[in-house]
Amino acid sequence: MSKAAIAIVGAAETTRMGKVPELSQTGLHADAALNAMAECGLTPADIDGIATAGHDAAEIAQYLGITPTWLDSTSVGGCSFILHVRHAAAAIATGLCKTVLITHGESGRSNNRAHRPLFPSMQQQEFESIYGPLFPPARFTLPVMRKMKDDGLTIEQLAMVAVVQREWAAFHPRATSHDPLTLDDVLSSKMIAWPFTKLMCCLVSDGGGALILTSAERAKDFPTKPVYLRGMGGESCEGPMISQMEDFTTSKAFRVSGKAAFESAGILHSDVDHLMLYDAFAHLPVYGLEDLGFVGKGEGGAFIAEGRTRPGAELPLNTNGGGLSYMHSGMYGMFALQEGVRQMRGTSPAQVKDAKLSVVHGVGGMFSGAATAVLTSEDQW
Amino acid sequence: MSDRTQPTIYPETQFYWEGAKQGKLLLNACTPCGNKPFFPPRPFCPHCGSREVTVMQASGRGALHSFVISHLPAPGYEPPFTVAVVMLEEGVKMLTNIMNCPPDPDHLELDMPLELTFETRGDLKIPQFQPAKGGAA
Ligand SMILES: [Zn+2]
Repeated sequence: MSKAAIAIVGAAETTRMGKVPELSQTGLHADAALNAMAECGLTPADIDGIATAGHDAAEIAQYLGITPTWLDSTSVGGCSFILHVRHAAAAIATGLCKTVLITHGESGRSNNRAHRPLFPSMQQQEFESIYGPLFPPARFTLPVMRKMKDDGLTIEQLAMVAVVQREWAAFHPRATSHDPLTLDDVLSSKMIAWPFTKLMCCLVSDGGGALILTSAERAKDFPTKPVYLRGMGGESCEGPMISQMEDFTTSKAFRVSGKAAFESAGILHSDVDHLMLYDAFAHLPVYGLEDLGFVGKGEGGAFIAEGRTRPGAELPLNTNGGGLSYMHSGMYGMFALQEGVRQMRGTSPAQVKDAKLSVVHGVGGMFSGAATAVLTSEDQW
Repeated sequence: MSDRTQPTIYPETQFYWEGAKQGKLLLNACTPCGNKPFFPPRPFCPHCGSREVTVMQASGRGALHSFVISHLPAPGYEPPFTVAVVMLEEGVKMLTNIMNCPPDPDHLELDMPLELTFETRGDLKIPQFQPAKGGAA
C-alpha cells in the first residue's frame, strides 16, 4: 500500500475566459491566483513557493505580494505547468517550501502584454523560420503528412478529433464553442495550413488558471476536496526544431514523459478513468494516445474517429472540449490540469462517473517539450 | 523576395552560409561515427559528443519527407506557399520550400525526388529544393 505524499488543494481558472480585454496578462495571473487562494482559504502570506511560465515568476510574486523561498520559471511551452506540478511536488517533499502556487495568465486574444512569451531558439530561427513557418499552424503540423503516409492516419480522422471534442465542450458552460460540429463542417472550414482547416486548429483566447499544492498530510486541513498526485509524473523534451524530430510519426518526448509517469504511478492503461491530451492541433491527441501507449502505433486516429473517446465511451478524452473548443490561451497546459482536477473532485460539468484516476499530458512548443501528471481522488492505493 | 527574413549567422555556422554562396550545401559530419553527417551544423557530434567533425558537401539529392501548404502570412512570401522537410540522401532532414512547383497537394507527393537549388536573398544564397528534373533521386 502506498500513501499519497502531495495534494492539489486549490484549483481555479480566471473569473472570465475567452475575451477579457479589461485585464493585462499580469492581471490574468493574479485573477486566477486570487480565485485559487480564495477557494482554499489562503492569502498571499501563506504561499512560500511560486511557479509560472511565459512570464517571470518573480514579477508574479511581487504583484501578488508573495515572498517565496522557492521559485520555478521553467518555461518550455504550454506543458510547463505540468512540469511545475512535478517540480513543486519534489520541492515540497524535500522541504524547500510548504505551499506552492502555480499560475498561468495569457492575453492571447486581446494581447494586453509587454511581449509574447517566445521561446528563443537560435538554430530554429536560423534554419527554419527563414522558410516562412512563422505561426504554429504551419510548423506544428509539419510531421503530419508523413504520419498519414506511414501510419494510415487520414484527414477525416483528424477532423473527427474536433467533432468528438465538441461533444464534450457542449457540457461546459464556460467553453468558448458549444455548437455541434459535423465532419463536413470541419473539413470545409477555412484552410489554414493544408491539410489543416481552421476547426482542426486551437482557439485563441484570453485567460488563466492557478493551482495550489501542499503535502497530503496538510491537505486534510483545507476546505476543498484534495486531489492527490500518484507518483511523480514525467517530463522530457526533443527540442524546438521540428524538422529535427527523430521520427515524424511519434514524439520521443511524449514517450519518455509518459513512460516515466506510468512507471512512477505504478498504473496500467486500464486503470485510467480520464485522460487529457493537450490539443493545440487535431493531431496531438492522436500522437498522445499512441505515444503514451493507450493504443498501438497507427491506431490513434481510428480510435478517436470510431467514437471511443466521446461522452459515454470507454476512454473519456479532453472532456472540457480541449484547446479546440474550450479555450486556448497559448499555453493551454494549465487548462488540461484544471479539468483533470475537476474530474477528480467530481465537479466537472462533463463529469465521468466514478472517475478516480486521471492522466494529464501536455506538449510544449511544437513537439519540443512534454510533461505528464497522474492525478487521483484516492489518498492511498 | 528581398523582404524575406535573413538568417542571423553565428560563428559556428558561417561556413554553411559561405558554402551556400558558392552553390554548395555543406554539412558537418562526425569522424568517430564513421563520417555520419548531422544537421544543423555545430562543431561537435550530437550523437557521440566528439569534437572530431569535418565539413562535407551534400549531393543535393533528397526526397520530400513531409510538408504543409501555409495560408498564413510571412514576410516576402505570397500565401499559399509550401513549407516542406527534405530528407537528404545523406540521411539528414532540413526545412525547405519547394521551388518551381505549385503549392498544391496534387503536385506534391511524399517521397518524390527533390534536388538542391538556391534562392538569392540579399547577399546570401538560401539552400532550397525543387522537384528533381532527372527523375528518381
Ligand atoms: Zn559522433
